[in-house]
Amino acid sequence: MYRYTDIDQRMIEARVAQFRDQTRRFLAGELSEEQFRPLRLMNGLYIQRHAPMLRISIPYGLLASRQLRKLAEIARRYDKGYGHFTTRQNIQFNWPRLEDVPDILAELATVQMHAIQTSGNCIRNVTSDHLAGVAADEVEDPRPYCEIIRQWACFHPEFSYLPRKFKIAVSGTEPNDRAAVKIHDIGLYLVRNEAGEVGFKVLVGGGLGRTPILAETVREFLPKADLLSYLEAILRVYNLYGRRDNIFKARIKILVNALGVDRFREQVEDEWSKMDRAALRLDPERIAHFRSFFAPPAHERDAPPLDPALLEADRNFALWYRHNTVAHKVPGYRAVFVSLKGYGRTPGDMTADEMDAVADLADRYSFGELRVTHTQNLLLADVREADLYALFKALDALGLACANIGTLTDMICCPGLDYCALANASSISIAKQIQAKFDELDYLYDLGEIRLNMSGCINACGHHHVGHIGILGVDKKGEEVYQIQVGGASSHDASLGRILGRAVPKAEVADAVGRILEVYLRERRDGERFIDTCRRLGSEPFKQAVYGAVESAA
Amino acid sequence: MSRLIKDRRPVAEDPWHSLGADEPPPEPERAVIVPAERFEAERALWLARPGSLGVRIGPHCGLEPVLDVLDRLALIAIEFPTFRDGRGYSYARLLRERHRFQGELRAVGDVLRDQLFFMARCGFDAFELAPGQDVEAALAAFEDFPYTYQPAADGPATAWAR
Ligand code: SF4
Repeated sequence: MYRYTDIDQRMIEARVAQFRDQTRRFLAGELSEEQFRPLRLMNGLYIQRHAPMLRISIPYGLLASRQLRKLAEIARRYDKGYGHFTTRQNIQFNWPRLEDVPDILAELATVQMHAIQTSGNCIRNVTSDHLAGVAADEVEDPRPYCEIIRQWACFHPEFSYLPRKFKIAVSGTEPNDRAAVKIHDIGLYLVRNEAGEVGFKVLVGGGLGRTPILAETVREFLPKADLLSYLEAILRVYNLYGRRDNIFKARIKILVNALGVDRFREQVEDEWSKMDRAALRLDPERIAHFRSFFAPPAHERDAPPLDPALLEADRNFALWYRHNTVAHKVPGYRAVFVSLKGYGRTPGDMTADEMDAVADLADRYSFGELRVTHTQNLLLADVREADLYALFKALDALGLACANIGTLTDMICCPGLDYCALANASSISIAKQIQAKFDELDYLYDLGEIRLNMSGCINACGHHHVGHIGILGVDKKGEEVYQIQVGGASSHDASLGRILGRAVPKAEVADAVGRILEVYLRERRDGERFIDTCRRLGSEPFKQAVYGAVESAA
Repeated sequence: MSRLIKDRRPVAEDPWHSLGADEPPPEPERAVIVPAERFEAERALWLARPGSLGVRIGPHCGLEPVLDVLDRLALIAIEFPTFRDGRGYSYARLLRERHRFQGELRAVGDVLRDQLFFMARCGFDAFELAPGQDVEAALAAFEDFPYTYQPAADGPATAWAR
């Protein structure tokens, strides 16, 4: 992973000093709440339901074991002993005290971590594919470009007071997009053109929230050298022309929609043609420099394959192997999910003890590195097949080996009413209701690949619009009720789900999901995933199953 | 004492007169900053004056009113109606980097200490701080960060120099 230079280290330390002074001036009454607000947000600090919430940046989900240990230490010392991993591959702490935040940031800086631009109307943490550098299907490893973008975006003087937040995602593969690229303000796919050169396909204007829109293609092929100048052109057009009069219309997706993608493209290309592109050009040496940080770790040559007898001997291991590990491009290795979605767990939460234990496992089995997935699990990316059984046993003892990755109960779930000041609904208790109803692994396996996403309000942090099944908490005259939709997807073939009908009461959510699943089990054809059946049948049969034939006709 | 900072130093007395929308023009030799709308309506008049001329640009009107007279202007003031409105940063960079404006570029309006570092990087060299801001204390903001990660009006990224 990227290694900080002295310059990088001094920059994050300068940031800590700056924020310490800002916090001091706020507490002394020299900065008003209104003046302090964007400053604290750009350091990840929200004022929440119970206490402030601090969101710490995990650049494109990459984490070293020593960093995870530091997070554990912070969880113990400043929080209630746990943290919450988010769909943006970051971690949130829900109980720090405002006065302690400068000290927490200083602690983080000792392990090259920070909370820079994890909130606020600026360029946020760049996200990527959790299988970057591991999957055989990528055109190129996206992480060097994520790091290049991260540095360019860091303290960008022109783009720190944008109309609204701005999210960028990069994927090394378009057909197997695992980074939900199309729901980002800018989405980048590494692609190869007809001449065989590698560059970027540039998409703009995706986003969820109250107006969910999938990003549209603005440029089919952008040479690598021009990556930053092109991003700067897009951001400048947005900064100048994005709406600032209405917070709900301020994202770039609204600008792209208002202009139409063709006129938006013209404006970007016009701006780009006039820019001093040379100043931002990425020459091959610079790219090679950043790529050098992401060279594969020292994989063992001819690492032995897994002993198949182990799969025969231990059914639980076999299930875990099948569901919680994925192929690695290096023979003799697998990538291993650490499931944070086991029965009874709050999706995405992890205790300090678990963090320490998993950091040790990363040191022992995966070159001391981990990744956070946008589906709120962790991943050990480079595990020898010969070590899988020992790793399984260790994870199982920790309760982190629930073999449900990719299944219904591997849900994405935002913090909801339990923590979030904006929530209408308790997404976490619904998650537990669903876990309890669908606790039979064999049933989950029979259902196959399903993405269930849940948000506690229309802000859609839980990506409910792009879940195969999406659940949204809404407030109906003081009552928590839940809207259900089907047919969403976040990959290359991204689509937005369709709302089935009126929201259902809290106690009935899991039953409604059960009736939706019955339709699938009854109607599916050979090899069809849930989403395929959904697309073939449309939403009508699901609607009828949930509400009955009479009501859905009304 | 004014609340003006120029070239990172406090300015005791602002040599410029900032003209209101309906205010009568000052004596011809006086350096004056004219609101963009008024400048557009009375261009010939203002350009004919012997005194130094500046134009104040609001975030809505953009750079159109000044682009063809940049060499006649000794100052452009860019207004920040609130410090959260970031359009002024782009205007400043465009004026400096694309249009090579050499005169004084002054940030006016809701100009606060915590944005000075970024404003300076975008090409502002003068800052009329909002009421209540401590000018002396604000000077420290220009030293907030020791390096830069991206080129801007102040030159190439210093963190990139390996
Ligand atoms: S979706 Fe709503 S409730 Fe959930 S974390 Fe986001 S803002 Fe909070």
